[in-house]
Amino acid sequence: MTGLMQEISNRALELGVPLSVQLDLTYRCNERCVHCYLDHDDHGEMTTAEIKNLLDQLAEAGVLFLTLSGGEIMLRKDFFEILEHARALLFSIKLKTNAMLIREKEARRLRALGVHSIQISIYSHRPEVHDAITKVAGSLQRSVDAIRFLKSQGLNVSIANALMLRNISDYPGVKALGEELGVGVTMDPTITPKMDGDRSLLALGLNHSELVQVFRDESLIGNAEEFCAPPPKVSEDDLDSLPCSAGHTACYVSPYGDVYPCVQFPLPTGNVRTSKFLDIWRHSPQFEEVRSIKLRDMTSCSQCAHGGTCTRCPGLAYMEGNMRGPSSQDCEKSFARTGIPSANLLSRKASLAGLVQIQTLPTTARLVAATT
Amino acid sequence: MSGKCYIARSSQTAARLLGEEMVIISAGDPRVFSLNEVATVIWEAADGRTPLDEIIADRVCAEFEVTPQVALKDAEELVQELSSHGILLVSDQPIVRPASPPRETP
Repeated sequence: MTGLMQEISNRALELGVPLSVQLDLTYRCNERCVHCYLDHDDHGEMTTAEIKNLLDQLAEAGVLFLTLSGGEIMLRKDFFEILEHARALLFSIKLKTNAMLIREKEARRLRALGVHSIQISIYSHRPEVHDAITKVAGSLQRSVDAIRFLKSQGLNVSIANALMLRNISDYPGVKALGEELGVGVTMDPTITPKMDGDRSLLALGLNHSELVQVFRDESLIGNAEEFCAPPPKVSEDDLDSLPCSAGHTACYVSPYGDVYPCVQFPLPTGNVRTSKFLDIWRHSPQFEEVRSIKLRDMTSCSQCAHGGTCTRCPGLAYMEGNMRGPSSQDCEKSFARTGIPSANLLSRKASLAGLVQIQTLPTTARLVAATT
Repeated sequence: MSGKCYIARSSQTAARLLGEEMVIISAGDPRVFSLNEVATVIWEAADGRTPLDEIIADRVCAEFEVTPQVALKDAEELVQELSSHGILLVSDQPIVRPASPPRETP
């Protein structure tokens, strides 16, 4: 984050302003990605009028950065009407999309409307891998075509590459594809459990050895020695630091109007169909609880060597059962990066060791004797 | 600058008042700009129809303790800076282009 952006975030925090909001317009999708955490049925999405009213409230609350995501945003027939309304309210708009429905005409409209950036999911440079993940034949070609249309309009496009076991060998190809298209590529090994708590998707994620491989690849992380260096000693400032922006200067609104601290932090705080957004943001007990949590309050993480440098996601911790607890995926990442196990991993190892202790039963001889 | 100067906000910008300062971002540009109170007044008055010297006289000098000469000089520097980043449009004629994003029939 640049110096000025950090100052702006600090100011938003002081003023209690939700600077960034992600609004999912729909959970419906025209792809069926194997790792997706959403239920794609429509359980009663907000209407156009409800969304416009919400956007008015978000602008009034001080939101500047608005991410429109889904599901696939362009499945909403009113997508451009919503976008026009949002731009008239002067939001800085980021779109997250698979871009399957973006052709030249849509790219021109996005340009005219002053969209700030567009992030497109690409899983592999090879159709047989990408299309197997999305379960839609021809999806890679359509998404790549869309990137070309968007780039031809001068739009700021980036590729998001979710790293899983089934596409881990393809990230150099995705990187090369990004270079060919003239767009940046971000890679993320995080797999999110389903919103209903089902954690089976996590089996798709990278194992320790693949994480180590990614974290040692200097084409991704820069200087490996620096990136993988042991963490510095946890300071008093670290212990008083906030976990992340979720609930502090950022939040998430679902297609049904539910407000959460983050898309990855499904703690219900209220619904904009029954309450004003600002009332939820300012007065929800759940938001107040999230805001009260500091590193020193966390039983495991406050004792961890990685406390000051960990990318711990409080939402993933919440989905693991305790928003003050560790997020095991981030523990695994810190371990893979530095070779130093987190406090959570060490305690799990200790308790597992207790579970499988084996010792010779002194009564074995007698039991055998008794059964013969 | 000599003669009349008209300024309009670009339709490619995003902006929000944070406290007393205006935070501005131009589409596709990773940079962020923060305007102080006086610059915010000028930004908000940049409707493409009101000449800059009128904005200075009616808005800036009316609200802040500054002489028109000093305020105009500072404003001209601000306008040059923001226009170089595509945030403000500048013309010696009124700018009739709408400040809000253009609408297109689906």
